[in-house]
Amino acid sequence: MVTAYRVPAPAPLSCPNCGGRIELHGFAHTRSAVCIQCCSIIDTASPSLRVLQRFDRAQRHRPVLPLGSRGKLEGKTWEAIGFQVRTITVEGTQYSWHEYLLFNPYAGFRYLTFYDGHWNLVRTLRALPAFTTWKGRKAASFEGRVYSHFQTAEAATAFVMGEFPWAVRVGEKVEANDYVSPPWVLSGERDGKEVNWSLGVYIPGEEVWKAFGLKGAPPAAHGVYLNQPNPHTEKMKRSWRTFVLLVFVWVALIVAAVATAGNREVFRGNYRYVHGSPGETSFVTQTFQIPRDGNVEVEIRTDLDNNWAYFNLALLREDGAQGFDFGREVSYYHGTDSDGSWSEGSRSDSALLARVPAGTYYLRIEPEMDPQASARSAAGMSMNYEIIVRNDVPRFWLLLLALPLLLIAPLRHTFRSIGFETARWSESDYGAALGSSSEDDDE
Amino acid sequence: MRRTANCPSCGAPVQFAWSSAVQTACPYCHSILVRHDVDLEKVGIVADLPPDASPIQVFTEGILDNRRFTVVGRIRYEWEQGGWNEWHIVFNDQSSGWLSDAQAEYAVSFLAAPPAPLPPPDQIRVGSQIRISGAPFYVTHLTPVRYIGFEGELPFVTTDRSEFLTADLRTHDARFATIDFSETPPLLFAGRFVSFDELRLSNLREFEGW
Repeated sequence: MVTAYRVPAPAPLSCPNCGGRIELHGFAHTRSAVCIQCCSIIDTASPSLRVLQRFDRAQRHRPVLPLGSRGKLEGKTWEAIGFQVRTITVEGTQYSWHEYLLFNPYAGFRYLTFYDGHWNLVRTLRALPAFTTWKGRKAASFEGRVYSHFQTAEAATAFVMGEFPWAVRVGEKVEANDYVSPPWVLSGERDGKEVNWSLGVYIPGEEVWKAFGLKGAPPAAHGVYLNQPNPHTEKMKRSWRTFVLLVFVWVALIVAAVATAGNREVFRGNYRYVHGSPGETSFVTQTFQIPRDGNVEVEIRTDLDNNWAYFNLALLREDGAQGFDFGREVSYYHGTDSDGSWSEGSRSDSALLARVPAGTYYLRIEPEMDPQASARSAAGMSMNYEIIVRNDVPRFWLLLLALPLLLIAPLRHTFRSIGFETARWSESDYGAALGSSSEDDDE
Repeated sequence: MRRTANCPSCGAPVQFAWSSAVQTACPYCHSILVRHDVDLEKVGIVADLPPDASPIQVFTEGILDNRRFTVVGRIRYEWEQGGWNEWHIVFNDQSSGWLSDAQAEYAVSFLAAPPAPLPPPDQIRVGSQIRISGAPFYVTHLTPVRYIGFEGELPFVTTDRSEFLTADLRTHDARFATIDFSETPPLLFAGRFVSFDELRLSNLREFEGW
């Protein structure tokens, strides 16, 4: 029964200065509109269309998002109806960004900001952030999220185009305070006593291009923007999670290597050696079976005490088809000196033969001792020793090597993530490049 | 629920959607009518409202916290830099409140009993803190405003066009309050900001080209 009252499209204006045609799109919200032909700002609320300001034509900028474009963001259609270029000056350098005013007659106004390829979708806030500190710096909290202070600067309007729901003016200055918690940025613009808060969320240029159906590629993003999400943080977290998983796999592999290895003792013999005994010092053991192709460990255990011995060893196949020659030096010294007790070496040693085919083998053993080395030994140039041969002992040195390899990816992502944050904060009031900003002084 | 009376000026039937309405306008002769029990008194003629871009109109319906409401009237306010609408909304239980629309930013508020006497206008500043139901509210704007027009049914009379002061108060969450110094003691309206979507409004105005 209620027929919707249809609001007619706003009629275009004729510029009171140059007579140029000014299209309007913001219905009765529009309070000022720009005649781009003569760079005049018109007070659209005044019946006589008063000129609020005329500004320098030389400072014209071209919007990358054409005014009148409509696009869909956050599930709503928005029309770009206003365009501002705003500038801050830091350490004598001017930085300019674009601010597009987006309008939907039901949902109101949003802003799209654009700087060096980086975009933010911004809405004004009506709730007040609370001031706090975080990690020793000033911060703001809003809806349960803490935003670190990034920068305080004076922002000036340098150029305007289109229409606005307030009386816009070139040269208007506000104190802009940015607080970040990527991908969010909380901005407070102070104009006299009044602070207007807004909340921006970073959006990739591709999304803006897609939303507004723009042709070609969006301008490439350079550097790290203040609230740009750190692409390495997620990779870093993921790679550390993967690392933890792989460590579990790694431990499981070690356990499996130990569990599945035969690790069978195939020979054990006890001998005594006395230097200077008549006859040949080398001898051979009885034969023994090596049941599996694989490694063979030969362990030598001695009772050497402040003494030294050398063992020439050979593992020989009974059929003479294969032999492995090797030697091991065993020495063990200990005593006390001004620093206390000390010891050096070990009474036992072992040798590992990596690949030995299964078969029947024996050992040839030839111990040696040295009179000089044995001078301090109570036993003189004699020793008791034991030879133990094991087949298929568990080996996991390759797995041990794998551990640092597994660390490469998480460490790389961690360093990149740190590098990204360093780049972000180098542009802030707290960056290394800015030794003393006025903001640091009043904290 | 609708009640009907006759316009004292032109005799046309005037319907009331809200039983407690104090002021309404005759839809035929545009007389401003003030209700005294069962009688209607003509106190003036409705001024034309300036064009505005609110998507809301009288008879727009919506839902607030699962309670259905209907817009039955509106007051148009003006201040130095613009205007806004306070839409008078009536719920099914006949309680009423205000849906404000300032450049398509929406808020709902209700007349509230101040927890303590409110400070007089000369003791209030931007930044002043006032505790309302236990929470701090901060004064963000002090604005001289005036009525520039109305339509539909209202809970009070708006014929006085002189300027009066209002204080806007905000909080760390989305609540807000307004102190209206047009009366003594001042009136307190408290509520919260709402999004267009959450109100699920219907019977909205349409916009050419949208």
